[in-house]
Amino acid sequence: MSRPVQYNINGESDLKLVREGPEGLGGEGFFATSLDKVVGLARKNSIWPLPFATSCCGIEFMATMGSHYDLARFGAERVGFSPRQCDLLMVMGTIAKKMGPVVKQVYLQMAEPRWVIAVGACACSGGIFDTYSVLQGIDQIVPVDVYVPGCPPRPEAILDGFMKVQELVGQESLRRRNGEKYKALLGSYGIQ
Amino acid sequence: MAVTNEMIKQKLTEKFGEQVSGFEEPYGMLTFETPKDNNLKVLQFLFDDEELRFRFLTDLQAVHFPANTGRELAVVYHLHNLVDNVRIRMKIFSDISHPEVYTATKLYASANWMERETYDFYGVNFIGHPNLKRILNVEEMDYFPMRKEFPLEDQTRRDKDDEMFGR
Repeated sequence: MSRPVQYNINGESDLKLVREGPEGLGGEGFFATSLDKVVGLARKNSIWPLPFATSCCGIEFMATMGSHYDLARFGAERVGFSPRQCDLLMVMGTIAKKMGPVVKQVYLQMAEPRWVIAVGACACSGGIFDTYSVLQGIDQIVPVDVYVPGCPPRPEAILDGFMKVQELVGQESLRRRNGEKYKALLGSYGIQ
Repeated sequence: MAVTNEMIKQKLTEKFGEQVSGFEEPYGMLTFETPKDNNLKVLQFLFDDEELRFRFLTDLQAVHFPANTGRELAVVYHLHNLVDNVRIRMKIFSDISHPEVYTATKLYASANWMERETYDFYGVNFIGHPNLKRILNVEEMDYFPMRKEFPLEDQTRRDKDDEMFGR
C-alpha cells in the first residue's frame, strides 16, 4: 500500500511559511519586520558550503549532496570550491596535525560572516585516532559552530547539523561579528 | 653462475670475514648483520660486484629493541637484484644514545626519502644526508614517536579521562 503523500506544511492552511517566519506586521500584500531578520532569512536559505572532505565522512557528504538526500533543498545547491565565495566550512574527516595549518588557511580565506561545521567523530574530537599524528578536534585551530557526531554520520545527521547551522545563521545579530566577544573568540585562536 | 644465498654468503665472507655475521634465511631470504661503521662498504660491494648487482634499495627502516642494551636501534636495508630477482636483507645495530649511521644516499637515491622518514620516526642520525629533517610529522614535533618509550596516544590532549581510555 502506498504511503499517503505528506507535505512539510502540517496545517490546513498554506500560510505556514508566513506563520513560521519572523515576527512582524503583516497584512494583505505586505509584511514588515526588522532588517536583522530579513538578512537572516536570506542568509540561512542561501548558504554556500565549502566541503573540506578528507575521508569517509566526505563520502557521506557526497550522498547528502546527491538526489536522494539533496542538500539543495536547504538552499545549499551551490557547493563552492573557492573559500573566498563560501559561507560554511564543512570539515569532514580526519585532520592530521600536518593538515591543521591548511584548514586554518582555508578558514582565514573565507569572508565574514563564516560558519564552521565539524562532521564526524574525527573532525569533532580526533575520533578513534588518539595518536601523535592526528589533530584532536578541529576546534583546536578554528572556532566550530556545529558538531555532527557519528563515525561516519548518516546523511540525515549531516542534514540535521546543517539545519542547526541554518538556525544559527537565521538568528545571528548583524552586529555580532563586530562585537568584542567575537573578536575575543577569534583572538583565542590567534586570528586577528 | 646463479645468484644463490650460499653464493652471496660465500662472497661476503670472503670479502669481509668477521665483519659480516648472523646469517639466517627466514622464508628463504638471506639476512645478515654488519657493524654500523661498515654499512657503506658492504652496500658498495653488493652494488658494484659484477655478479651480485644489488642495485635497487627496496626499503630502509629502523626497529627499536629497548631491551637490547647497547644495540637498541636496528637499521634494516632491503636490497634487490633486479636482473636475477634476488632479495637480501642487511641489518646494522646502533646504541640509542649515539644513533649515528652513514647515509646510503650517495649509493641509492631512493635512500633520501626513506632515511628522512627513519630519522623522523626513530631519530637515526644519518651522517652525510643532504636534507635530514622531518618529512611526515609536523616540524614542531620534539620527539621520535615510534620509539617504544613514547605512548601512542596524543599527550597534548586534556579532555580525556585516562581511566575511561585504559591508559
